[in-house]
Amino acid sequence: MEKFNQHHGLVVPLDTANVDTDQIIPKQFLQKTTRTGFGQHLFHDRRYLDNLGNENNPEFVLNKPQYQGASILLAGENFGCGSSREHAPWALQEYGFLVIIASSFADIFYANCINIGILPVILPEEAIATLFQQSKEGLQHITVDLVASTVKTASAQYDFTIAPFHKYCLENGVDSVGWTLNKIAKIEDYEAKMPAWQ
Amino acid sequence: MVTTLYEKLWQSHIIEEKADETPLIFVDRHLIHEVTSPQAFANLKFHNRVLRHPERTIATMDHNISTRSIEINAAGEGAANQLRTLEKNCKEFGIELFGMGHKNQGVVHVIGPELGLTLPGTVIVCGDSHTSTHGAFGALAFGIGTSEVEHVFATQTLRQTKAKTMKIEVKGQVAPGISAKDIILAIIGKTGSAGATGYVVEYCGEAIESLTMEERMTVCNMSVEFGAKAGLIAPDAKTFDYLKGKDYAPKGEVWQQAVEDWQQLKSDSEAKFDSYLTLEAKEIKTQVTWGTTPGQVTQVDSVVPSPDDFTDPVERESCIAALKYMGLTAGTKITDIAINKVFIGSCTNSRIEDLRAAAAVAKGKKVSATVDAIVVPGSYRVKEQAEAEGLAQTFIDAGFEWRLPGCSMCLGMNDDVLTHGDRCASTSNRNFEGRQGRGSRTHLVSPELAAASAIAGHFVDLTSINSQVQGA
Repeated sequence: MEKFNQHHGLVVPLDTANVDTDQIIPKQFLQKTTRTGFGQHLFHDRRYLDNLGNENNPEFVLNKPQYQGASILLAGENFGCGSSREHAPWALQEYGFLVIIASSFADIFYANCINIGILPVILPEEAIATLFQQSKEGLQHITVDLVASTVKTASAQYDFTIAPFHKYCLENGVDSVGWTLNKIAKIEDYEAKMPAWQ
Repeated sequence: MVTTLYEKLWQSHIIEEKADETPLIFVDRHLIHEVTSPQAFANLKFHNRVLRHPERTIATMDHNISTRSIEINAAGEGAANQLRTLEKNCKEFGIELFGMGHKNQGVVHVIGPELGLTLPGTVIVCGDSHTSTHGAFGALAFGIGTSEVEHVFATQTLRQTKAKTMKIEVKGQVAPGISAKDIILAIIGKTGSAGATGYVVEYCGEAIESLTMEERMTVCNMSVEFGAKAGLIAPDAKTFDYLKGKDYAPKGEVWQQAVEDWQQLKSDSEAKFDSYLTLEAKEIKTQVTWGTTPGQVTQVDSVVPSPDDFTDPVERESCIAALKYMGLTAGTKITDIAINKVFIGSCTNSRIEDLRAAAAVAKGKKVSATVDAIVVPGSYRVKEQAEAEGLAQTFIDAGFEWRLPGCSMCLGMNDDVLTHGDRCASTSNRNFEGRQGRGSRTHLVSPELAAASAIAGHFVDLTSINSQVQGA
């Protein structure tokens, strides 16, 4: 997993609440057995007018010329709800997003992001509203600093909280399976004490 | 110490809890399927790691299989590749697989309970968000992503942040004809689509205790649809009766010990929850979703809401967008909404009791000429039982298609998809935009209402249908 410390990038505002993982990556693209090849299908039904993905929908925010190269997704509340498909954050990452900022995330989606090295930033609703307003008024490049746990815009700085272990894993690109395998003795101790039915 | 059921499950599974690390918990049962496991197996092999407990891992084929044929190739090349990959991986790692044509094959959340793989007091995970279903047995059960599937493969553990707790009490008894699906949709209608994010919810109260095990599964299944990490119902005599003698359930002395331990699995009466929600069962009516999240739901004798009905600006905007996508006008009577597709199936509503309820409505009637309706049983066992009881014939005689078990049109990964503009009464769990096919419109309902709508060609107030059935 890539290490994440600080990122400066262009924000693209996706001002919709309850964006579910079916929207992020529709089911017809889930038949791959690899972790790659999902970026081109990100937000397929909203991004393309045709089923083959040849014709861009000019109305969709990701297709607007000014947002090309955006690496920070500013999203509505309850982002990533629904299906547990990790294909959703894989698609977002492959498209080029390193950070997603929202007032709330669905639990499984949040964990999936941490596990693949996307930083999900939770900010209060008022801060999100301000960021949306500013992003709509003009292009906004911001700095997201995981070490300091801050989001810096041209006019303000917002602090965010993240669980210490999540922060540690992202900062150091920790192989979480390897980390747990170092504790195998503790797992064995637990297993030895389990009741027979368990 | 006074504790909740969740706290008891949590404490009995903690391996390590340190200040600077996310707690590590043991996983008793890992259910896998073809769609969310291949990348986890690939990484396991890449790192040359062993799968710690193949005997705690069970695989089935369900998500993208054909419901018309048990041939692996019948679902198309991409699906066939995933299914063959699952076969290969299960063989290589020594995992029991219920593949196509196997008598135990079926939708993962249907077969777990029916085989006794789902036990009270255990932690159950699966790379599928509707793993919350198994909470109906007093198991801590939740969906995980593929990286976590890999973590469970290698370590039989997961790192989990402790959730907050919510008590949802449904007081009194529901009126006759009100199903478990109506109860959970009514709950989601109250909380909204993210009302329980960060929480494990425990359902209780007379109306919940009165439910059969299959009905409890329907309730817990949709916990994730209002954001809950998991849903729980304390196990009781019904739970133990259901599990006793099931293929994978403990036997003999181990069973006796298990039941003794399971009887302790309930929230203490003085236990404090972080949040509370109370509903009066008698106020719950037949539910129909009108929008594009399960929280956008109303009762069948009501009308499509107007954006002006919502004071919250986000809910208002969501209503405007949903009405546009759904092609609905505010103020339209729900019973005036015509449908052209019906899907009876999914991990929410494809068990034998669901099929009995739908068949009772369909018996002696005909599916409307304007409707295509399919019934997809949740497993081979459900299919066989439904055929033995004559339910399958009832559906066929009424003009429903009787299919093979699988996830089918719930998520439309196979060829059971809706086309643009189709409007479907569906017993599944998600009415998201495009979920059942691009541009398709999904209304979530109970099996009874799905069957009745198939016959009428539009939603109907079941109380009138019921009186017709009783009068016939």
